[in-house]
Amino acid sequence: MATLTAESYNTGFLPTWCPGCGDFGIWKSLQGAFAKLGIGPDDGMVVYGIGCHGNMYDWMRMYGFAGLHGRALPVAQGIKLANHTLPVVVVSGDGDCLGEGGNHFMHAAKRNPDLTVIIHDNQVYGLTTGQASPTAKPGFKTKSTPEGSTDSPVNPLALALVSGATFVARGFAGDMPGLTALMEQAMNHKGFAVLDVLQPCVTFDKVHTYQWYRQRLYKLDGTGYVPDNKLTALEKSMEWGDKIPLGVLYKEDRPTSEGLESALQGEPLIRLPLEPAHWDKLLNEFV
Amino acid sequence: MKDNVTWTIGGEAGFGIMSSGTVLARTFARTGYHVFAVNDYPSLIRGGHNVVSVRIGSKPFYGMTKDLHILVALNAETVEIHKAQLNEGAYVLYDPKEKEWTAADFPKPVTLVPIPLRDIVSELHADVVMRNTVVLGASIACLGVPFEALFSVIHDQFIHKGQEVVDQNEKIARAGFDYVKTHFAALTDMHVSPGTVTEKQAIVNGSEAVGLGAVRAGLKFAAIYPMTPINALITFLADHAKEFGIVYKQPEDEIAGINMAIGASIAGARSMVATSGGGFSLMVEGLSLAGMVEAPLVIDLGMRAGPATGMPTYTEQGELLFTIYAGHGEFPRIILAPADAEEAYSLTATAFNLADRYQVPVFVLTDKYLNESQWCIPVSQLNQPVTIDRGKLLLSDTGAAEGQFQRYDADVENGVSARSVPGAKHGQYYANSYEHDGTGHVTDRADTRIAMTEKRRRKTKAIESGIMPPVYAGDEQADITLVTWGTTKGAVITAMETLRSQGKKVGVITYPWVYPFPVAETKKLFAAAKRIIDVEQNATGQLARLIMSETGTEITEKLLKFDGRPWLPEEIVSKLS
Repeated sequence: MATLTAESYNTGFLPTWCPGCGDFGIWKSLQGAFAKLGIGPDDGMVVYGIGCHGNMYDWMRMYGFAGLHGRALPVAQGIKLANHTLPVVVVSGDGDCLGEGGNHFMHAAKRNPDLTVIIHDNQVYGLTTGQASPTAKPGFKTKSTPEGSTDSPVNPLALALVSGATFVARGFAGDMPGLTALMEQAMNHKGFAVLDVLQPCVTFDKVHTYQWYRQRLYKLDGTGYVPDNKLTALEKSMEWGDKIPLGVLYKEDRPTSEGLESALQGEPLIRLPLEPAHWDKLLNEFV
Repeated sequence: MKDNVTWTIGGEAGFGIMSSGTVLARTFARTGYHVFAVNDYPSLIRGGHNVVSVRIGSKPFYGMTKDLHILVALNAETVEIHKAQLNEGAYVLYDPKEKEWTAADFPKPVTLVPIPLRDIVSELHADVVMRNTVVLGASIACLGVPFEALFSVIHDQFIHKGQEVVDQNEKIARAGFDYVKTHFAALTDMHVSPGTVTEKQAIVNGSEAVGLGAVRAGLKFAAIYPMTPINALITFLADHAKEFGIVYKQPEDEIAGINMAIGASIAGARSMVATSGGGFSLMVEGLSLAGMVEAPLVIDLGMRAGPATGMPTYTEQGELLFTIYAGHGEFPRIILAPADAEEAYSLTATAFNLADRYQVPVFVLTDKYLNESQWCIPVSQLNQPVTIDRGKLLLSDTGAAEGQFQRYDADVENGVSARSVPGAKHGQYYANSYEHDGTGHVTDRADTRIAMTEKRRRKTKAIESGIMPPVYAGDEQADITLVTWGTTKGAVITAMETLRSQGKKVGVITYPWVYPFPVAETKKLFAAAKRIIDVEQNATGQLARLIMSETGTEITEKLLKFDGRPWLPEEIVSKLS
């Protein structure tokens, strides 16, 4: 195949996202990261959730699984266990991954499969025209919270950390070069990599605009922050307000769930012989 | 001498009741007998009343009867609960230290066999839990089988723990055996006539039979959340995962389980899930996903008494219509219903081929009675060759033009289009939960929607052409035709034999393949029937309702049982005599 570029993944379909949506930046960054890592359209799999983010598959030429709302992580784990040599990326949203799929997120992190999950985090359900998502901040007015959200928001980074994720980072949809680099690092990480991507919803959120974010975001790179301590990372994950950190909060080497499976020490499951060896020996256990 | 003896052991959970049943069943299977064992227990780990019954026959038989010839009571409660069920002349083995029983305590004449179980284990410095081993030895003596038969099973069970453990167990079992030989030498009427089976037999529970069928068919991935009655399948797969190159994953819930299995299937691995009704309720959304993305998937649904948590350790055939109608939207599926462990093995292997051939979810509809009973299968049956048919699966290169692979080609004649797996060259597509076109791109165009719906519907037509017909047994010109499915078959067949021995002309129709329903074959069988009676283990006659909706024939006579206990043949006979 010719040299991969972001264009290698175009499908001929054009995005149906609202003009200015943060999803564009995430989509282009992901294409760029795949190209840089040399993962062509036949070489990997993206598992999408349901939400505005999930529509990305239609303009992403790469094996894709567009499943049910909230269920991307279990599907991705099944794929990875069946073929542990295949690069698998999960494209999910704050509602998909932390609302409907919250239990799956916690358990995926604890198992540490070699997956990258990219969470489109914009505090709203865009596809259903603007209700509060699990990450909606208190007081945030949406169609489902006209008086302002009353709940304490889910903190995706803190939840990932305490659940056992081995790579935890935050990116910004308005910073494509920075986001592409974070995606590359996440995909190169051997283990469960969580990349929470802050993105404005230009249609249903008039508060958290690109400008709102740009005034507050700062990069951890160059501040002397070392992402090797879970408690420090947890503290950093709680930083929100005037200053919001971007970059890798935490990274740890831990055996992956595939790596710990005795059947997966060589060829992937899909290449193993179907006929059971030692059938007679097995039957003798029951005689 | 008896051709058939039913032996029952009872006591509190934690007394080793369940394992005694397995050891006794194995002992007799090795000695040339037909055996079958059922359990009855509440949903708890310690205390409560646990029972295992083993039926031993020198000739073939099918399931349990009301007979109870030998009762082994590890506590007084066991005698209280079961004394009314005892046959005349039955033996009661008990420890007088638990309670002194006299003949007057029993409604019928019985033979009391008091054995000082606690004294024997304490003399041998063994734990009180070893009383079950003493009674195994004593039981073997009552049944007139040489001690060596039991010893061979004990040896194989404990040898991996070392010779000392084998010796200790042997000593304890022999003490029970010798006690009966010494103190009750005259008791010979429960001796069972010599076994006639000359080939090797396996003793498996229904879950293990499903597991064996799955492994034989090339199962590679299973995600199963623990739930009674399919837990033995988890144990089987987890224990053998390394040996057979399988991944068993315990998911966080059944929703994750079915989605993991669908993911593994789309990636190219033969995959399955297993659960009971409540867990399957959680899987229903995923079932619909499998239907839409056309993922081959095998679902072992072990039915138990519902609704909700119901009676978790008791049996029922309550999910037939649920599995037929489960899932939003319309999509094809196949439902198989094994009657016994041998069918559970063979139909599970078949299920994987059907799933791959038609790219649909396939149910193996089992139940608590099948999953947790111990069945005896000739090893030669398990050695029959199994063909593996993976259907239109492209694992390496599809040869399609760049970006043009038509995974969901709507024009294929039988609706089954070739599938690639991620990583295969020129096979890129989307497994899409949204309605989609040939490459998996989303669409809501009316013409594509019609084409895709018809594509999926054509798969049902193709499936119907390979349907497994209902099985007919009994008289050609029957006055009574009993219709049943799944594990109720055993009791119905036995009842038929009794009724025929009374001079009645009786036939039985059973359905190893329930859905898509074999309409033509059923109509043919029904046309020849005079009086049709539906027999099921549920309260609403679900098979009868299915038959009504598929054939237009209403079965007005129904025998329905829904107390959680499997049908016994005498119960059927008494209603028809």
